Amino acid sequence: MRHILKYIRPLWGCVALTLFIKFVASLMELLIPSILAKMIDDVVPLGDRRLIVLWGGAMVLCAAVALVGNIVANRMAAKSSGKITGRIRHDLFSRITHLSARQLDGFTVPSAVSRLTTDTYNLNQLFARMQRIGVRGPILLVGGIFITLLMDPWLTLVLVATLPAIAVLVYAVTKKSVPMYTRQQGILDGMVRVVQENITGVRVIKALSKTDYERRRFDRVNNELADKEQQVGGVMALTNPGSTLILNLGLTAVVAVGALLMDNGMTSPGVIIAFLNYFTIILNAMLGITRIFVLCSKGQASAKRVAEVLNAPEDLQVLPSGEKTGGAHIAFEKVSFSYEGVKNNLENISFSLAHGQTLGILGATGSGKSTLVNLLMRFYDADSGRILLDGEDIRTIPAGKLREKFGVVFQNDFLFADTIRENIRYFRELTDGQLEAAVRDAQAEEFIRAVGGMDYAVSVRGNNLSGGQKQRLLIARALAAGPEILILDDSSSALDYRTDAALRGALHERFSHTTCVIIAQRISSIRGADLILVLDNGREIGCGTHEQLMASCPVYREIAESQMGTGGEADGNA
Amino acid sequence: MHKARETNPREAAPSRQKKTYLLGRLWRYLSRHKLLIAAALLCMLASNLFGLFGPKLSGNAIDAMGVGAGDVDFLRVFAYVALMAAFYLVSGLLSYVLSLLMIRLSRQVIYRMRKDVFDKLSALPVSFFDRYQTGDILSVISYDIDTVNQSFSNDLLQVLQSIVIVLFSLIMMLSIAPLLVLVFAVTIPLSIVSTRFITTRVRPLFRRRSKKLGELNGFVEEMIGGQKTTKAYHREDKVIARFDIKNAEAVDAYNKAEYYGTITGPSVNFINNLSLALVSVFGALMYLGGGIGLGNISSFVQYSRKFSGPINEIANIIGELQSAFAAAERVFRLMDELPEKPDAAGAQVLEDVYGEVTARHVRFGYTPEKPVLHDFSMHADKGGLIAIVGPTGAGKTTIINLLMRFYDADSGAIAVDGKNILSVTRGSLRRAYSMVLQDTWLFYGTIYENIAYGREDASREDVVRAAKAAHIHDYIESLPDGYNTLLSDNGVNISKGQKQLLTIARAMLLDCQMLILDEATSNVDTRTEQQIQAAMRELMREKTCFVIAHRLSTIRSADNILVIRDGDVVEQGTHEELMKRNGFYSELYYAQFETY
Repeated sequence: MRHILKYIRPLWGCVALTLFIKFVASLMELLIPSILAKMIDDVVPLGDRRLIVLWGGAMVLCAAVALVGNIVANRMAAKSSGKITGRIRHDLFSRITHLSARQLDGFTVPSAVSRLTTDTYNLNQLFARMQRIGVRGPILLVGGIFITLLMDPWLTLVLVATLPAIAVLVYAVTKKSVPMYTRQQGILDGMVRVVQENITGVRVIKALSKTDYERRRFDRVNNELADKEQQVGGVMALTNPGSTLILNLGLTAVVAVGALLMDNGMTSPGVIIAFLNYFTIILNAMLGITRIFVLCSKGQASAKRVAEVLNAPEDLQVLPSGEKTGGAHIAFEKVSFSYEGVKNNLENISFSLAHGQTLGILGATGSGKSTLVNLLMRFYDADSGRILLDGEDIRTIPAGKLREKFGVVFQNDFLFADTIRENIRYFRELTDGQLEAAVRDAQAEEFIRAVGGMDYAVSVRGNNLSGGQKQRLLIARALAAGPEILILDDSSSALDYRTDAALRGALHERFSHTTCVIIAQRISSIRGADLILVLDNGREIGCGTHEQLMASCPVYREIAESQMGTGGEADGNA
Repeated sequence: MHKARETNPREAAPSRQKKTYLLGRLWRYLSRHKLLIAAALLCMLASNLFGLFGPKLSGNAIDAMGVGAGDVDFLRVFAYVALMAAFYLVSGLLSYVLSLLMIRLSRQVIYRMRKDVFDKLSALPVSFFDRYQTGDILSVISYDIDTVNQSFSNDLLQVLQSIVIVLFSLIMMLSIAPLLVLVFAVTIPLSIVSTRFITTRVRPLFRRRSKKLGELNGFVEEMIGGQKTTKAYHREDKVIARFDIKNAEAVDAYNKAEYYGTITGPSVNFINNLSLALVSVFGALMYLGGGIGLGNISSFVQYSRKFSGPINEIANIIGELQSAFAAAERVFRLMDELPEKPDAAGAQVLEDVYGEVTARHVRFGYTPEKPVLHDFSMHADKGGLIAIVGPTGAGKTTIINLLMRFYDADSGAIAVDGKNILSVTRGSLRRAYSMVLQDTWLFYGTIYENIAYGREDASREDVVRAAKAAHIHDYIESLPDGYNTLLSDNGVNISKGQKQLLTIARAMLLDCQMLILDEATSNVDTRTEQQIQAAMRELMREKTCFVIAHRLSTIRSADNILVIRDGDVVEQGTHEELMKRNGFYSELYYAQFETY
C-alpha cells in the first residue's frame, strides 16, 4: 500500500481540496434535519410565517450548497483518480515490459495481464470511491452523532446502539459469502471449460457419437453451479432485509424512548422528528462505510499485487566490459543452465561459429534447443560458462546493443492485430523497400498479394492466417532489418518442402554474411549447415556436418534415414 | 458488488416489436413456475404494505405524546410502538422469504436456459463452430444468460416493488395532507428532467468508457503475450509509447463519463432535500393554520422520502433492461440456429462395415462462391492406404470433413461399401471411422478417462494396452498419479507430442474398419515417431486408411497417393509411379533434399 501512496502524493493538494469541499458539502446536508427540528420546536410556536419561510430558505440553501459541493468534489475526485490510475498503469506496463524472462516466468503472463487490467481497475474504483463516499460516510456518521448528541444525548444512545448490529450483519454476511463466492467462481470456470471443450472438440465428439454423454456432463456441472448460486444468493440476500429491519427497529426504539423522555420534559416533538431523519442518514452512512471496508480490502490486495511487480528488482545487470579477446562470431564456452535449479536444461555446451556460418540444432522436444536461443539472446543468464559475441561476453553488452544484432523467429511467435506491414515492421524505422525485400526473401510475397496486400489486417494472434502464412510473416520480420545473426526456432515447420527449400535458397543467396542459428525437426532444413548440434536432454550427443554426423552419430543417422527414406525404411510395408 | 452491467456496445437496443417477442419467449421460461411467481408477488405486496405502515404508526405515536411534559398517553404510544415493531418484523421476514423465492425461481430459469443453449450447441453442425468464435459462444452461455436472468427475475420485481411503494406512499400522503402533496408537483418534474438529462448524456459516454477500457485491456493482453519478441527487437520504448496512447484514451473516456456520471448521486440527494424543505415549510404553515398535526408532518416527511426514491430507481433499471434485451436477443439467436439436418427419412444404420470408400465428382465449397474442391474422385479398397499430400490450403482437411459428413458435398457422391453416405445415419457413419487429428483434443479429466473416451466399456487392461502401443505408458506411469493424473490447463506439464500420443492411444482402443490420420504425428519428434511406427502399423492393419502428412517418408508406402493442388487431384498413384512422372509430387519430394 505504501508504494501506491507514492502516486497520490503529487496530487496531494488536489485530493485535500476535494476532501475539504466534500466535508463542507456533507456538513450542509447534516444541517438540514436540525433546521427542521429548530423550525418545529422554536419557530412554529412563535407563529411568524415569515420566519418559517426564511428557515425553509435556509434549508434549500444548504441543499444547494451540498449539491454544488458534492458535484465539484466528485468531479475532482474522478479526475485525480483517473490521473493516478493512468500513471500507475503506465509504470506497471513499462515495468512488465522490462521484466526479465525469469521474472515474467515467475509472475506468469496471465497474472501480469490481470494485474494490469483487473487490479488497476480495482485501485481506480478505490481511489474514486474513497474520495467520494469514503469522506462523506465518516463525516455523516461522526457529524450526525455529534449533532444528535447536542440535541439529545439519550436518543443518541439508542442510535449508537444499533450501529454495531449493522456492522456485525454486513461483516458476517461478507465473511460467509466471500469464500462461497470464490467456490462458485471455480464451478463457473468448470462450466465454461466444458462448453469450451465441446466447441474445440466438436469433431471428435461427433465422430465418437458422444453427444449425449457430453450433455450429461454439462448437466452435472450446470446443476452444481445453479445449486451453488442459490446457496450464495441465500446468504447474500440477508443483507438488505436485515439492515432495513435493524433500521426500522431502531426507529421504533427512538419513538418509544422519545415518549419516555417527553413525559419527563427532556425532549420535544421536533427533536424526535429530526431524529427519525438523522437515523436514516446515519445508518445509510454506516452501510456505506462497511462497503468501503470491503472495497478497501479488495483494493489492498490489488495494491499489493501491483506493488510486487513495480518493486521487482532490476534483473540481468550489464557487467563492466572486460577484455575483448576477438575470435569467433558466436562462441559458447562450457555453458550450463537450469530454469528451476533442479536439473540442468543445458549442460556443458561448447561450440563456436564464424561470421556467415550456419548452425543447425536438432533434438527431441525438451532437449534444450530453445533454451540455447534464450541464453544466446540473454533472456536468461547461464549458470556457468560464458557466451561470447566477437570475443565479448554478452553480459557486458547493453541490452539494446546486444539485441539489435539479432533477427529472430521464436517457436509460436507473436503476431498482433494490425496490418501485415506493421507486423513486419514491428515498431522499427524501416523503409518500405526493406519491408518488401524481406517479404520476397521470406516467400511471403505471393500470399500477401492474394489476401490483398501489405495493408491487410491481421487479427489477434494472427488467427486469420494459416500456420504457414504466419511463419512466413514472422520470418520476414526477422529478415527486414538485415540482422547480423538470424535465429529461426522451428519456424518453418508449417511450410511445405518446396517453400522451405525456396526460403533456404533465398537465405543462402542474399544473407550469406549473416550468421544463422536454425532449429528444426526436419533434417532437410539443416543438412546444409556448417555445424549441426544434436541435443538430447540438454547434452550434446553429436556435433559436426551432415556427413560427419551420418558417420559418427547413430541417433542422427536414424532420424535422417527415417525422414529421407535413404535406408531400410523405404521398403517397409506399413 | 456491482458488476459492469453497462450496456454492451456490441449492439443497439432492439426495437419495440422485437422486445414484445423477446418478452414472450422469456415468459415461457417463467411460466413453468407460475406458483412460485404468485407466491413471490404475494410476499412482495405484503412485505411492502407492512413496511409502509411504519411511518404512519410512528406519526400516530408522536401525536399521542402531546406537546409538553406529562402529556404523554403511554398506553397509546406503546400500543403504536408495539405495532410498529411487529409490522417491521413481519415485513422484514417476508422480504427475506421473497428473496429466497426469487433466488429459487432464478435458479430454475438459469439452469433451464443454460441447458437449452447447451443442448442446442451439441445439435449444431460443425460448420457453425467453424464460423463462430469460441469467445462469443462462451459469453452467451455465461455472461448473457446471467444478465437476462438478473434483469428479468430481479429488476422486474424491483419495478413492481417500486410501483407498489410509490402508489402506497402517494395514497398515504394524500390521506394525511392532500395539499402538501402539491409539493411534488415541483420536485417530480425536476427529478424526471434531471434523470433524463443525465441518462441521455451519460449512456453513450459510459459505453465509450467500457469500449476504451476493453481496448486497453486487449492491447495489454496482446503485448504482454509478445513481451519476448518485443525484447528481442528492443522495441520496449515504442510499445510503451503505444500503450500510453491507449492509456490516455481510456483515462480521458473515464473522465468524460464521470464528469456527468458523478452528478447523479448529489442530484438525487438535492431533490430529496428540496422536497424535505418544501414539506417542512408548507407543513409548518399548515400546522399554524391548524390543518395538520406534528405527527402527521413527521409521517409525511418519511413517506415523501420513500416516494421519491423509487422514481430514480426505475430510471436506472430501465437502462439495465436495455442491455438485458440485447443479451436475450443473443441467447435466443443462438437457440434459433439451425441444427444439423436430421438423417434422411429411412436412413440405414451402417453395420458390419467392410471398408470400401468411393468418391465421385465431388464439388464442395465452404461458401458457394469459393469452391475448395472442384471435381474430386477417388477409390479406396478395403485395407488400402490412401495418402493425401499437397501444399497448405489445397483442400486436404476438407476431404476429411466430407468423409465424416461434418459437411455435405454440394454435388457428387461419396459412398461407403457402395451405399451413398447421405442415405445412412450420421452416427453410424462416424462410428465406422477412428480419427486422429493434428489439433489434439483432450478434456479436463484423468488420463484414463481421456484414453477410454471413445469406448465406455473398455477395461483397464484395454486402456493400458493401448497406451503401451502408443508408447505413452511409461510416461504415464512416471507421473505421481499415473493413469489418474488430472489433465488440466495448468497442472501437469505435458508436451504437444505427448498429447498426440494420448489421442493415438484413444484411437487404438476403437475397433473401426476405417481410419483417418490428419497430421497425426506432426508434433511427435522423429525418434518417438519411429518408436510408435510399429504400433501405427498395427493400428492401420487391415483397415482402410486416409493419411495426411507433411513428412513424405510416412506416406511412401501408400497404395495410392492423391496429390492435391488448388482443390483438384493433379496426380495420383503409388510413390514409384509418381516419381517416374516427374511432376508436382516429385518436385515436392526432391525439395526436401535441396541443400544450401
